[in-house]
Amino acid sequence: MALDRRGGWIVHARYYLSAAAYPLQLAVSSPAQAWRWTQDSLTARETLQTQNAALRQRDRELSLKLMRLDALERENAELRGLRGALPALADHWMAAEVVLDAELKGARQHLLINRGALNGVFKGQAVMDNFGLLGQTTRVSPWSSEVILITDPEHAVPVEIDRTGVHTIAVGTGDPDSLSLPYLPANADVKAGDLLLTSGLGGVFPQGYPVARIAEIRHDATQPTQIRATPLAHLEALHEVTLVWFQDSHPAAPTHQKDGVTTTGNASLQRQPAPALDLLPVPAFKRLTPAPPVPTNPAHRDDQ
Amino acid sequence: MIDRTQDSMGRVLLTVVVALVLSVLPLPPWLSAVRPAFLVITVLYWSITAPRVGGIGLGFFCGLALDVFRGAVLGQNALALTAITYVAVREHQKIRLKPSFQQALIMLGALVAYEFILFAIDGWTGHPMTSPLRWIHALTGALIWPLATAVLDRVRGTR
Repeated sequence: MALDRRGGWIVHARYYLSAAAYPLQLAVSSPAQAWRWTQDSLTARETLQTQNAALRQRDRELSLKLMRLDALERENAELRGLRGALPALADHWMAAEVVLDAELKGARQHLLINRGALNGVFKGQAVMDNFGLLGQTTRVSPWSSEVILITDPEHAVPVEIDRTGVHTIAVGTGDPDSLSLPYLPANADVKAGDLLLTSGLGGVFPQGYPVARIAEIRHDATQPTQIRATPLAHLEALHEVTLVWFQDSHPAAPTHQKDGVTTTGNASLQRQPAPALDLLPVPAFKRLTPAPPVPTNPAHRDDQ
Repeated sequence: MIDRTQDSMGRVLLTVVVALVLSVLPLPPWLSAVRPAFLVITVLYWSITAPRVGGIGLGFFCGLALDVFRGAVLGQNALALTAITYVAVREHQKIRLKPSFQQALIMLGALVAYEFILFAIDGWTGHPMTSPLRWIHALTGALIWPLATAVLDRVRGTR
């Protein structure tokens, strides 16, 4: 990636090379697609009916929620002193199919999707599914683009804990069902089951989209506290994802610092690398005041 | 000695494309971890048996193709594959005469060297992948070498 960044021409070369590779990638993925298509078309009638019923129920629930949401949005706008309701944050969206997830080589979690620059996809665009945040685009070719998932070890999402509003960073682990939160202090107020939302910092994702739920917190006297969260998006067996474009004028749109001034809009912004290890506040903090042993009450120890 | 084989570019390209498809075919993760580097093995085969047709140039372009398909740093596989094909071409006369078992051992060494170059570049460019799984394919590649040579010999026209 260092080489890729060094010269503009390499990026261009890669753009055309990946365009040339796309037909072969499609061909390679076609057996899997054909198998899925066969399965889809041979689904039994009852399965379809139950699915249909479930979807109808979900639709009803969502419309009920939406009614309430409209009222809330108006109320929110009034409280903020705005004349009219704010524009919708998600400007428009596009469904994309997953062509290859063979990129899941070792620890890397990447996908290839069938939408590219010709569909208006840009680098560093948010990718979601119906349940939460999935990742962002890292490389865009004319007809396809590569998506890095939030669970890739090189990916980090700025998040806030919904219950307390504490901001932190969720880093991928390479394991498709866990994220780790390495930058929270040992005494942070966090509980299993807390919802993590995007915080809107970092310039890629807008504020307030669900990312993950805290799964477990492991206190250890000799090591930093380990906090693990499970992504809400269904990262395994992905077939379809959603690319989202956001309204830059919305207050919850991703913030972007330019010359010390916070502006919104992020078209030129790239993915966020994890902070370098020597920038971590934790070791310095430790050196000044050795962390007090975590108070363990007997009841707590019992249920471990 | 009259060369009865036809080391035409067409055959080389055919095997290379088939090997490329095999190397990027989506497989379940456990199978994908033990998948031999088919393209690397094919390029090595051609560098040893027909160094004039498939040589360092072939290695370079195949490596570039792997980079594009794998989404790796552009030039990573290209450098690694060029390096090992260089050695293979230089030593091709010695390697060609060895029995299959010894050839497989040499391939093990070559594949480990290949993976080591990738490993080093991964580290230098700031995304180290230290999982021991990444070395497995060298072993499976060496195991599959006798079979691969049998198939490729047939394609080449020698029996």
